[in-house]
Amino acid sequence: MRRTVQWVALHAVLALGAALTVLPLLWMLAASVMPTGEASGVPPRLVPSAVTLEHYRALFARLHLTRAFLNSAGLAAAVTLVSLLFNSMAGYGFAKFRFAGRDRLFRLLLGALVIPAQVAMLPLFLMLRALGVINTYWGVVIPGLASVFGIFLVRQYALAIPDSLLDAARVDGAGEFRIYRSLVLFLCAPVLVTLAVFTFMGTWNDFMWPLIVLADDRLYTLPVALANLAGEHVQDTELMMAGAVLTVLPVVLLFVFLQRYYVAGIMSGGVKE
Amino acid sequence: MRRGHINAGWGFVGPALAAIGAFFIVPVAASLLLSFTDFDVYAVARPDRLRFVGAGNYARLLGEPRFWTALGNTAYFVFVGGPLSVAVSLGAALLLEAKLVRWRGFFRTVFFLPVVTTLVAVAVVWRYLYHPRHGLLNLLLGVVGVHPIDWLGDPRWAMPAIILLAVWKNFGFNMVIFIAGLQSIPERLYEAARMDGASAWQQFRRVTLPMLAPTFVFVAVVTMIGYFQLFAEPYVMTQGGPANRTLSVVLLMYEEGFRWWNMGYGAAVAFVLFAIILGLTAVQLGLRRLQPGTEPIR
Repeated sequence: MRRTVQWVALHAVLALGAALTVLPLLWMLAASVMPTGEASGVPPRLVPSAVTLEHYRALFARLHLTRAFLNSAGLAAAVTLVSLLFNSMAGYGFAKFRFAGRDRLFRLLLGALVIPAQVAMLPLFLMLRALGVINTYWGVVIPGLASVFGIFLVRQYALAIPDSLLDAARVDGAGEFRIYRSLVLFLCAPVLVTLAVFTFMGTWNDFMWPLIVLADDRLYTLPVALANLAGEHVQDTELMMAGAVLTVLPVVLLFVFLQRYYVAGIMSGGVKE
Repeated sequence: MRRGHINAGWGFVGPALAAIGAFFIVPVAASLLLSFTDFDVYAVARPDRLRFVGAGNYARLLGEPRFWTALGNTAYFVFVGGPLSVAVSLGAALLLEAKLVRWRGFFRTVFFLPVVTTLVAVAVVWRYLYHPRHGLLNLLLGVVGVHPIDWLGDPRWAMPAIILLAVWKNFGFNMVIFIAGLQSIPERLYEAARMDGASAWQQFRRVTLPMLAPTFVFVAVVTMIGYFQLFAEPYVMTQGGPANRTLSVVLLMYEEGFRWWNMGYGAAVAFVLFAIILGLTAVQLGLRRLQPGTEPIR
């Protein structure tokens, strides 16, 4: 009997928590398909009286968010691919090669994790301006070429690769890069998927740096375009919610399908000191 | 070891190190130099007009009420919002790890969902939820008899509103880390505690909390560093208002550096923030070493 009461109480709390957690997202979704003006009615409503897709059409046709969507997708994909190459090479290098100062260098890199990215932003802007890449896609891609977290993640995984396997490949006459390309990448595939999901989502969701680097609205990523619209279209609640759905949905879907990898990444970063 | 093998090591780590060095470490160092100059909108066009002003920017900073306001607001966000978020994370993790729970994966996914959403997008959503007249939050609070609150318009409520959004958005992240920490506690410790007649609360107090100590330190440091970087929420929801009550240090740096092009001054703001984060991280890691009793049993 006592167990039943506990069970019900526990699940009631969990269900309430879950409901409150998804409520903002559900309202966003509902408001995005409400007829104009309904989302700002008094009292507010959760369920649309009728479902319309006009706000989504307006986003694409009138406000050119297609372009921002493609910018976001393209930049996230590009940063993911390039940084995956850089980070996997470095992670493997730190894990499986001996060279002078390796361990000290690696500890220094980890130490750099406490430096907030914002500290680098002002000079980075001036440097990229001197290189002529401000207000171009390159301005977003270049600072994302490699990351300490990515190197760390791959290194921890690559440590488990048996040296005997690598030496066997060397005896067979394979070059170092060839071993990396055809053996190491294959063996590290799970952690590379994790890192790819992380990087893609991080780049997609990033706001401050694209806001700084991209001045031309044709280059805006979705978060920058959305923040911009939020100023101009503050009264168009339903339109703004459609924009929010468009921005959030791709990463949420990606997470729902690949959450095993995503959660594994957080845990490997968090638990081991 | 063969020589080629050693060189190959550098070959593999080289590109990433070069990228991180050139586009992160060098700018961080340059930022320190920049903070000692009067780099402003004129210098953007003509760098030769740049002058070293020593600690001038720092002196100006410390005499500027706006800076202290930003620092105070950020401290409010970090030291109220941070612990609140960690507490909610721990609560959610404990609930999910209770033995009776069914549909564990489902609940975990739902609680984690806000973490992966785009901050700018959910900040836009919450701005409407916070609307005093047709916002959902006041409607819900009205049910339990709370009078409507002008969340983002009232100087007293604007920062609590931003904290509430941040807790909602972030608690799932630390929750997952706490779950991993809880799962790594050996069951035999609880069995031994029960044999000694420990109540549920005593088990939590004497077994769970001490065993979670390393997780706590990690969570506290990461959360603090993240919360000090408050930017997008006030940028999107309040632009630092009302009455500067949500102006954060990073927002101040952004405005000074990238809106008014006072880059020397902005760099000084960034460096003060960095120094504070570094100092507090050292304190937290140091506190951990001072507590011998919290060392987990292995």
